[in-house]
Amino acid sequence: MTSSDHDAHPMFLPAVLAGGVLFGVGLALSGMARPEVVLDFLQFEDLGLLLVMGGGAVVTGGAYAVLGRSDRRAPLTGRPFVRRLKSLDRNVLVGGTIFGVGWGLSGICPGAAYASLGIGNVTILWAIGGMFAGAYLQGVVRDQLARPPSPRAQQVEASE
Amino acid sequence: MVVESLFPTGMTHYLAGGMLIGVGTVLIYGLTGISAGASTFLESTLSYASSSPRFEQYRPSRDWRVVFTLGIVIGAASYTLAVGDGVWLTAVQPWRLALGGVLVGVGTRLGKGCTSGHGICGVGSGSSTSFLNVGTFLVVAIGVAQLVAALGVSP
Repeated sequence: MTSSDHDAHPMFLPAVLAGGVLFGVGLALSGMARPEVVLDFLQFEDLGLLLVMGGGAVVTGGAYAVLGRSDRRAPLTGRPFVRRLKSLDRNVLVGGTIFGVGWGLSGICPGAAYASLGIGNVTILWAIGGMFAGAYLQGVVRDQLARPPSPRAQQVEASE
Repeated sequence: MVVESLFPTGMTHYLAGGMLIGVGTVLIYGLTGISAGASTFLESTLSYASSSPRFEQYRPSRDWRVVFTLGIVIGAASYTLAVGDGVWLTAVQPWRLALGGVLVGVGTRLGKGCTSGHGICGVGSGSSTSFLNVGTFLVVAIGVAQLVAALGVSP
């Protein structure tokens, strides 16, 4: 199987790029690309981050509400407009807690880290490297946990 | 004034920046039907180097996620060049960035999203899962940041 999302339409990747550029301008303009600004928010010295999240969620909320109720499909992929809904389980809360510790310690989250590189902050590579290491670690561990036990491990279990 | 003490650097750039983040998200959603979050890029990009099924599941989206991330870098760089800001470097200590980064990598992937996936797309979708996740990471991050500051770690 070689199908990829971007096989859909020649304008697919340019559209994603344009959206990413706007996203990056927003992160730089709002100061979110600077961990210091995020840490100031978390220490209640400047509540601007609430306006950033709120402004972003209001704009997307309007679009999800309008497009989600239409029968139309996305022009470049033919996909239906569905809302972003994920199932709720313990991982959502455990993951959110671990993310919160990391965010509170560093003042950085994934999108803001990419934007931080864009404003010349090469020091942020420490955080980006850490994020890849963390994503790799959880992937390997969860793959191991999801794998059915090997015959040998089952024997050991049986003998206990 | 109360507003000035809550927002000592003003409100406009925060609101305008947040809305631009929303417009970028909506542009992609309106044209492709995809809710683009920033943290899946970490796992989808790992699929270029690892055949782990956890990362392989993102194979169909890995190319456009690289393009999306490049767009974010280009957008932030363009803004910096346009307003004439020079290169800016954080003073936050590398150990905080690295250790925090590892926890962000684990937590966002285990928790099914980050500040953009849950915070912008999920909250915009009215998803209770996303509201719970965002509430959790906000409260925990506020506690940790205050604790770290109280321990005298700065910046």
